[in-house]
Amino acid sequence: MLRFVAVRLLQALIVLLVMSFLIYGLIGLMPGDPIDLMINANPNLSPSDAARLRALYGLDLPIWTRYLNWLAAALQGDLGYSRLISQPVLDVLKPRLLNTLLLLSISLVLALAIAIPLGVHAARKPNSVTDTAVNLLCFAGISVPPFWLALLFIILFSVTLGILPAGGMAPIGGDGGLAERLPYLVMPVATLTLVSIGGYTRFVRAAVLEQLRQDYIRTARAKGVSERSVVWRHALRNAMIPVVTIVALGFGSLFSGALVTETMFAYLGMGKLIYDSILGNDYNIALVGLLLATLMTLAGNLLADLGYAALDPRISFTETRT
Amino acid sequence: MSAGRRFLSHPISVLSLIVLVLLGAAALAAPLVEGWLGVDANAVSLFNRFGPPSAENWLGTDELGRDVLVRLLYGGRVSLFVGIAAALASAVIGTIVGLIAGFYGGRLDDFLMRLTDGVIALPLLPLLIVLAAVDLGKLGLPAALAQSDQVSLYRIIVIVSLAGWTTVARLVRGAALSVRQREFVLAATALGAGNARLMLVHILPNVASPIVVATTLSIGNIILLESVLSFLGLGIQPPLPSWGNMLTNAQELIWSAPLLAIYPGLLIFVTVIAFNFVGDGLQDALDPRSGPQRR
Repeated sequence: MLRFVAVRLLQALIVLLVMSFLIYGLIGLMPGDPIDLMINANPNLSPSDAARLRALYGLDLPIWTRYLNWLAAALQGDLGYSRLISQPVLDVLKPRLLNTLLLLSISLVLALAIAIPLGVHAARKPNSVTDTAVNLLCFAGISVPPFWLALLFIILFSVTLGILPAGGMAPIGGDGGLAERLPYLVMPVATLTLVSIGGYTRFVRAAVLEQLRQDYIRTARAKGVSERSVVWRHALRNAMIPVVTIVALGFGSLFSGALVTETMFAYLGMGKLIYDSILGNDYNIALVGLLLATLMTLAGNLLADLGYAALDPRISFTETRT
Repeated sequence: MSAGRRFLSHPISVLSLIVLVLLGAAALAAPLVEGWLGVDANAVSLFNRFGPPSAENWLGTDELGRDVLVRLLYGGRVSLFVGIAAALASAVIGTIVGLIAGFYGGRLDDFLMRLTDGVIALPLLPLLIVLAAVDLGKLGLPAALAQSDQVSLYRIIVIVSLAGWTTVARLVRGAALSVRQREFVLAATALGAGNARLMLVHILPNVASPIVVATTLSIGNIILLESVLSFLGLGIQPPLPSWGNMLTNAQELIWSAPLLAIYPGLLIFVTVIAFNFVGDGLQDALDPRSGPQRR
């Protein structure tokens, strides 16, 4: 078990290193490097000044050297400053990260709380009216553009009915407590939940259907276990194993959904921060934000692998996994 | 039951196919409609902003006084073209990866499938946004070319293909793995066929149905991804309309012209759900053993 965790941690570390180099290289290719910005701000700057500044800040070095310098500084905790906000990167990121984790966790719990019963009900009577209706809803959820759903919510609840704020985090001048933030969370959470339910429900349905065909289900029914117990305790418990995988693998796309949702509702989370920093040439924020998002998905995957053990005692980590 | 019959037994899939054909025909006919109604998709008319539906402008006009209907049709051309082209490109990448992984197996398979899982698990949208923001001029492309409409069209196809190939790769790999064990492959090996011939002549035709199914299903996803990127201002660049970028300004206009925010999104939604239903029906028709909702 320890060995398994160590191997997976090492793999995650390698992925993170590779990603950091790739992202570092890509961000260097975005329009407008720091010297370009200085040239824009100061018309008296001559090309030779620009070259001198480039040398001064080490921007003329090959990309490998620059990357290693960045990495060395980053490992000592120096991630640089945000250009747009003029604060250390970590100070900017921390509150944003907490906001995103709040949004993601509420939406994920809600989506699963709705998707699991829906999927199980659909699987109990395949091709029934319920199943067909659930299937249609799933397709709608998978196919709706998240930003458009957000727009529809804003039109309905903010413009027409006027009962929910169209965006933002909390009322101005308030204490910023959770109770004040609740109305501002409703639409972002609803959007993110609705676009994730479809996929989860389909997987729960497929997984439960698969389990209901197994021999042990027939045995359980034959010995007189109630139908409710057969479905909810026997089948669902085994069906949760593939579902956990999908949830973990879907963590990245959940984060992508959060980026759109946060941007639509001006919700100050990581996704919106990354988007704004890319558009605003805020290199340090963009780089660390993207790495943090990658780190979060890797951590989610690792947790899911460990979650297997809790759900399925047959899986041991001593052998190599197939 | 034949595959065609089986497809026809899904009324929703058949309806979706009809809807897609009609949408495609309407998009192709955009210049005709433009001439027939006597409007110009790009003509700005500031005296005629937010015009109500009329004999000339069936769906009214937008914030610059341009005809909404014709722009929707031209946007449909772009969105459908990007969706189909990128899905084909993803299918090619996915087929190559899946064939190699399924055929060779072993360590190479492990590595390729880890890579596929890795790409699926990554937070793709932020990474694609970075890719879309990359200044092609810094890669040595002439500035005039790097900013042109054509390049913005092709780069979005490349970018979304990088995200779209994983479904095809996994399905093809699974199919190739099972086909590889069949007797006719063994017979071909015994007759001295090389690896390339085995893959292209004997295995590829037998994994064609999962490729078709996965490609159809991925068109929907790709259109969604393109619309998000274009909406965020990083995909198709105006004045070239796409359903995504027609919504870019919609958020500021929802108080004055909420309908402008409805039409393009509704078309994206209808198109994507139709492609998904057609894919679902095809899966059942071409690959009945896998069932419509199993991976």
